[in-house]
Amino acid sequence: MSASLGGSTAIVGIGQTEFSKAAGRSETQLASEAIVAALADAGLTTDDVDGFVSYTIDPVSETELVRALGTPEVRWSSRVPYGGGGSQGVLLHAAAAVAGGAARVVVAYRAIKARSGARFGRAQVSSRATSSHEGSTAGQWCSPFGVLTPASWMALNATRYMHTYGVTSADFGRAVVQLRDYASTNPNAHFYGSPITLDDHQASRWIAEPAIRLFDCCQETDGAVALVITAADRAPDTPTPVIIAAAATAGLFEEEIASNHYRPNLEVMDGSVALAAQLFGAGISRADVDVAMIYDAFSPILLMQLEALGFCGFGEAKDFVADGNLAPAGLLPCNTNGGLIGEGYIHGLNLTVEAVRQLRGTAVNQLDAPHTALVSASRTGVILQRPS
Amino acid sequence: MTRPAPIVTDDNASFWEAARGGKLVAQGCRECGRLRHPPRPMCPECHSIQQETVELAGTGTVYSYAILHHPRNPAFTYPVIAVLVDLDEGVRIVSNLVGVEPADVRIGAPVHVTFETTADDMAVPVFEPDGPPA
Ligand SMILES: [Zn+2]
Repeated sequence: MSASLGGSTAIVGIGQTEFSKAAGRSETQLASEAIVAALADAGLTTDDVDGFVSYTIDPVSETELVRALGTPEVRWSSRVPYGGGGSQGVLLHAAAAVAGGAARVVVAYRAIKARSGARFGRAQVSSRATSSHEGSTAGQWCSPFGVLTPASWMALNATRYMHTYGVTSADFGRAVVQLRDYASTNPNAHFYGSPITLDDHQASRWIAEPAIRLFDCCQETDGAVALVITAADRAPDTPTPVIIAAAATAGLFEEEIASNHYRPNLEVMDGSVALAAQLFGAGISRADVDVAMIYDAFSPILLMQLEALGFCGFGEAKDFVADGNLAPAGLLPCNTNGGLIGEGYIHGLNLTVEAVRQLRGTAVNQLDAPHTALVSASRTGVILQRPS
Repeated sequence: MTRPAPIVTDDNASFWEAARGGKLVAQGCRECGRLRHPPRPMCPECHSIQQETVELAGTGTVYSYAILHHPRNPAFTYPVIAVLVDLDEGVRIVSNLVGVEPADVRIGAPVHVTFETTADDMAVPVFEPDGPPA
């Protein structure tokens, strides 16, 4: 987002369904429930909405969604590719549409039945040359070799990262222990009441050795979340606005999501380096970030993003984590809902909802009055701020 | 079970046709000479659509790897050794390492290509370590 757009829009409502392993209803229903909840949270109705944005991979048809919600007139809609890596792109699209005048009130949503429906983690041979993430060529260049799941695609990068910087499975495990600690006190988390020790992590079975054990993986989850975006100058009329201070997408040449195998140096998530250069390029510094939500489909990419985003040096994330910096009292409290690993996997957009809760002061693991939150999904990200 | 056949498209057909004939190839730009993989219909350097299929030596080094344990697909024998191989000509490929114990896989190890057949009478390039296992 250009600096001129920064701060001109706000998230004024959040909503979600319960997160579960078997929602027992359609994605269209899940999305509708989350959207109505988000609008109620904003003090708005479906009559106020004139824009929708979701992921290209989201199964909910706009036509069916509008039919369920009773929205009188849609003036703008969009979809963002790149799966969870594109998750924060829905905020960039929404903010640009509102700032540019194409829409007045945009709903961003993601509805998913990642457990009871089509599971990402099943070892299925793709029939598509490119993946349904629309950001990966894993179907044609990975499937014939049995490299069938996001964990297997990303493990190739993570092993290189471990080799280059001397990182171990236990280094990833220390981050997972922290995420599970946050999840253990979050009633909405899959791992509510279920903290683990580093030994538990190290005893969990290999998925993709030496990088990814079972406990390094996010939770395949059913559920939906929604956020309502409108102009910042309208936001004071809503109960609890959070300003979109910056929003950005960075997709680099030859970069893919998940099956990102052709950039020269895979030990660095250089898409996140470019993302950070945009997000922190307009007056907000890393030191301003009070709480971070960092896309943790698998724990290695949490450490790799910490480095690429510039919160520590390359190869230093293992020490940054071991020093307790992701904890409430650390330098960068991170994924305070338990993250995608501990809370659940609504494909990254539940991290944005948690960032809003932290800035509002309504999170279950509430920090002490954070003012600035970062959400990074490696190639897309936002900086959110409490109105001052 | 048989390894699944690769997905052949207009843009990648030259690669899989060569593999079926036991050759590892990359696309080369006829204008500027740039080698590229994965295949694509235009040279990202000079935008030429004139391309040639360049046979590679089939030698390279292991850039990274992952020993895949779970989940499992019946078409493969587990653990699957997934590798990224940096080929000597300067392109990288996703493949498998065969003829080696998982515990002996090393980043930087020199490897060379061989081929395994798949369903539909196709073939994929896989790699085996040079010389005896360490
Ligand atoms: Zn060229």
